[in-house]
Formats: sequence, C-alpha cells, structure tokens
Amino acid sequence: MQMRQVSQSARSIEPPLLNQEILAVDRVSLSFGGVKALSNVSFSVKEGSITSVIGPNGAGKTSLFNSISGFYKPSEGDVRFLGENVNKITAPERAERGMARTFQNIALFKGMTVLDNIKLGRHAHLKTNVLDALFYFGRARREECELRREIEERIIDFLEIDHIRNQSVANLSYGLQKRVELARALAMQPKILLLDEPVAGMNREETEDMARFILDVKEEWGVTVLMVEHDMGLVMDLSDHVVCLNFGKVITEGLPGDVQAHPDVISAYLGSGDVAALRKKFKEGK
Amino acid sequence: MRIGTAKENYLHDAALFDTNVQRAWMVALAAALLVLPFISGQYIGYLVCLVLINIVSTTGLNILTGFTGLVSLGQAAFMGVGAYTVAILEINAGTPFLLNLLIAGGAASLVGVVVGLPSLRVKGLYLAIATIAASVILHFVFANWTSVTGGVSGLTMPPASIFGFELVQPNQVYWIIMPITVVMLFGAANLFRTRIGRAFIAIRDRDISAEVLGIRLLRYKLLSFAISSFYAGVAGGLWAYFFRVITPESFPLMMSIFFLAAIIVGGMGSILGGILGAVFMTMVPEILKMMVGVLSPIWPDAVAVMSPVRIIVFGGLIIFFLIFEPDGLAEIWRNIRRFFHLWPFRT
Ligand SMILES: Nc1ncnc2c1ncn2[C@@H]1O[C@H](COP(=O)(O)OP(=O)(O)O)[C@@H](O)[C@H]1O
Ligand SMILES: [Mg+2]
Repeated sequence: MQMRQVSQSARSIEPPLLNQEILAVDRVSLSFGGVKALSNVSFSVKEGSITSVIGPNGAGKTSLFNSISGFYKPSEGDVRFLGENVNKITAPERAERGMARTFQNIALFKGMTVLDNIKLGRHAHLKTNVLDALFYFGRARREECELRREIEERIIDFLEIDHIRNQSVANLSYGLQKRVELARALAMQPKILLLDEPVAGMNREETEDMARFILDVKEEWGVTVLMVEHDMGLVMDLSDHVVCLNFGKVITEGLPGDVQAHPDVISAYLGSGDVAALRKKFKEGK
Repeated sequence: MRIGTAKENYLHDAALFDTNVQRAWMVALAAALLVLPFISGQYIGYLVCLVLINIVSTTGLNILTGFTGLVSLGQAAFMGVGAYTVAILEINAGTPFLLNLLIAGGAASLVGVVVGLPSLRVKGLYLAIATIAASVILHFVFANWTSVTGGVSGLTMPPASIFGFELVQPNQVYWIIMPITVVMLFGAANLFRTRIGRAFIAIRDRDISAEVLGIRLLRYKLLSFAISSFYAGVAGGLWAYFFRVITPESFPLMMSIFFLAAIIVGGMGSILGGILGAVFMTMVPEILKMMVGVLSPIWPDAVAVMSPVRIIVFGGLIIFFLIFEPDGLAEIWRNIRRFFHLWPFRT
C-alpha cells in the first residue's frame, strides 16, 4: 500500500501542534417532520487537522454538513466558526468567511467549462462590479488575469487537471468531476474544507490520488479538512480525529485507532452488518 | 481550437475574438456597418434599424432568461418604460439623446428590479406569470396616466439631433442605433468573462449550490433583472427615436413573446444566439412578405391567399429549428465554423 506509507511518513514529520478549534458544533439538533436527523450533536474541529465523520447510511452525516454550511437551520444548538456563532449567518456569508464544501452528489455547473467552474469558487473574494464587467477595463481585466494565473499555477497544476481545463464538465468522468469540485472549493481560499464522501464511487487509483490531494491540502495549503467518508482505509490513514455518528447521535469520537476499536462503532458500522440488532439496540435507547 | 493557433498568455486566451481570422471578419463586419447606410435604400435601412433595436432587447432578455434562468414576459413593457421616458424627456426637457437613453435604461431597470422581486420565491412559469401581470399593470399606466403619457393617443416627439442636425430618416437614426447596439453587445459579452456573468450562469444551473460559493441569490437575480431591463429600456428609447410616436399599443405582450421566441430560436445563453434569433425573427416574416410581393404581378390574389400561409410557414420554421437544433441557430453556426476550422482535416 503505497498510499499508507506516504501518508504515515508525512504525518510523522508534522507534529499535531495546532490546538485551536476552528469549528464547533454544539448540541445541534435537526428534524424533518417526525424524523430526527440529528440529536444533540457536539464535537469540534481543530485548526490544521483532518477530522472525519463516519457512520452508516442515513446516520445524518450529510444533514450535519448542511447544518454547518448553512443550508439547514438546526432546531436547537449552535454552530461556531472561527469563534463566531454563525446560526444567523446565511450560506453565502459563511462561504465568504472561509467555509467551502463539496457535495455527495457532485454539484458542478454543467453549462460551464472546468475553468469557469473553478473560477466561480473565487466569486466572493472578487471586487469586479457591473460597470467594470460591462466594459472589461481596469479592475475586471486585472482580476480575471490574476485569477486565471493563480488557478493555473496553484490549483490546476496541483490537482493535475490541465488536460481538461477547457472541457465542459458534463463530459467528464465521475472521478474527474469530484476533482474539479475540489478545485472549485480550493479556489474559494477556504479556512475549512468540508468534503462529503470525496472518494465515493471512485476506483482504487482515483481514491489514492484523492487521498494524496486531501493530505496535501492540509499540509501544503494549511487548510483544515472536515470530511464524511465511508472508505475506512482512507479515514484511518488521513484523519487526526474521528467522529462516529449513528441515528443522528455521536456514538464516540477520538483518535482513528480508538474509534475503530470502539465496540459500539464496530457493531454500528464496521461490524458483521447485523443492522436489525443494531436498530433494536438504538431504538431501546441504547 | 482552430488549427494553427497557440495561445501565448492568459490574457490572450480570454480575448473575445482570439484568432486573426476572427478579427479579420470583425473588421469586415465593422466596415459593412459603416458603409451600409450610404448604399442601402429606405426600406433596407428601416429593416436594419429594426433588427438592431430587436437585437438589443433580445440580448437583454437573454441575459435574464438564457443566462440566469429567469423566464420573463415583461421585456416589451420594459421597452415601453424606456420609450416613454425618452419621449417625455425629449418633449419637455430637450436633453441630449445619449443622456435620455441612459435615463431610459435606468428607469426601465428600476421597474425591472421591482418586477424581479418575486424571483427569489417563484420560478419558471410562476415567475413568467408574475411578469405578465407586471406588463398588464404597466400597460394600464401607459394608457391611463394621461397627464404624463398622453393616454391612449400617446406621445409624438421631435427627432434626435446631433450638433443641431436632426436625425429623421432611418439611415440617419442608424447612426445612433448602430453604435449603441455594438457597445451593448460588447458589454453583454464582457459580462460573461467576469464573476457577475459566472454567478448568473451558476444561478441558472443550480441555484442552491451557487449559495455555497458565496453568491447571494436575491442580489444577483435582481441584478440580472436590472441589467436585462436596462437593455430593454435603451432598446425602447431607440425605438422611440426611430418611430417618434409612442402609444400604449406600441409594446404589446405579443412583442415579449417575440423576444422569448428569438432567444429560443437563436440559442439561450449565447450572445451570438440572441443576435441570430433577433435577425431571424425580424427578417423571416419580411422575406416571406417579399416573396408574396414578387408573386403578386403573376397571381393577383397572392396577397390575400398567401398571407395566412406566410404566418404558418413562419411558425413552421420556428418549430423546425427547435426540433432540428434545440440549442438554436448559434449551435448551427458553431457547427459550420467547426467544419471550416478543421478543414482540410477531417474529424
Ligand atoms: N431534506 C430532507 N427531508 C427529509 N428527510 C431528510 C432530508 N435529508 C435527510 N433526511 C433524513 O435524515 C436522515 C439522515 O440523512 P443524511 O444526513 O442524508 O444521512 P447520511 O449522509 O449519513 O447518509 C435520513 O433518515 C434521511 O432520510
Ligand atoms: Mg450522506
């Protein structure tokens, strides 16, 4: 396993020294009609870490991401980002403050090229106004040029997508689309990157590439990563901290090895797959 | 990419016309636009002006509907706002035409923003109906605010003038209409090279994920309404200078449908598509009319018999294009270009 070696040696070089919390989820609950998608979820993400949220399908991971990025309003609890309570802050404003995300079912803009999709990521940080845009003088031209150069040199090179930059995203393979979505999120100059199942549906090689990118994002770009992932190999290799959700509740959290070994996690997620017994156990209130 | 071109830098790569051949064509087109009024007769001059005015308005609607995905049937009414504004300013203030046209655009875009307010909540057909309602209200205002709009008999205004020289004939008004159309087309094309145009397209393609990228939906939807109705307002102002009589019936709902048809036939979300669509929708009925005219010496009843046929043929052509090329005339044009670019190599 090439990837495992690379990532572990890389991690041993960098000590986990940053202990400041960048994101905190504090007793968050969310329901859809009768369904409680999240109940009383609390955890925090340390700056400069890779934190993973695991849990079986329907555990509430995507709902958690939607609550963090501002799509859903939790019925109770707070989300704090960079020390600020963002409950009343809209999704676009959270994006401006440095929250970027990708989606479980890719959300690229099909009518645009790869390059334009990536450029969209920078939207909130650009200053071009309508008059600049209509005449394409001064600021508009300068900003577009700088943006183009930076995307080419930092993002397209890094993610190895030079060959597709002018293609329409609609024609790309699934793996490449996921990569373009990551590129767009990086163009947002994020402080935290939320990745919803970044390697789902990818083959082995694509998965290893993505793992390398995620690690580089943390180590070279200094961006904190919070990801939802099913691929336990990936989670164990990359994560500094793991949170396990089931039925909308945090079962346990901690170091990857400890979480993996936790009996409830084993039965909930990694275990024999006896779902019926598990549901019964949780319905009875654990 | 065109055979035999290599991009030297990013600025180059992002240019609107990026090859020498394209630039040569643009020069030829510019030359044609400059000599046209000297060689064309009254009738051709009239048609060209009409086409240009329709291009401005269609391009505006394309920004809103084709690029931002907000369907509107208010474009003609917004043109009306622009036309009345110009007429009122020309009659009462006698301010320079360029200023009048800017104010006309501004007035229409204010109205457009108000009409666009429901767009955060409603989409598609519902928004279309809201814009129809706005058209009806504006028509009512044009017809009944008699002290300002002249009521049902409308307004008759003096011609535009440059340095005391009055522009009366189509071939004279052309010198206002043509340059403004060119500037506005460049403006629209430029818009989509920047964050604003990209935000519009993002809203069209998936408005929820646009928010996660930091795009404020309401602000950008209203901005799209504002820009689109600015184009309509200026087009309406040009229309006023061209016809110089404005009544409430000058801008019927049918005209809004005409613009919508133009972007569908020409190509939604393509500047070239708006141009081609406006040309097609304006010229094809005229060409059919001419063909009937040619027949009439041989066949005296031609006009009576062929007029309904003409309309059916026009409708049939629209349907034919929609089925044959749903991406519009712009896509047909691109296919032709692609063929010649790769020529003599086959793909
Ligand atoms: N928009 C929604 N409306 C109703 N129920 C929802 C919605 N989104 C999620 N849910 C429900 O919330 C629970 C958690 O779903 P989700 O967050 O997608 O889980 P995960 O991402 O862990 O697979 C599921 O029971 C799901 O059916
Ligand atoms: Mg999910």
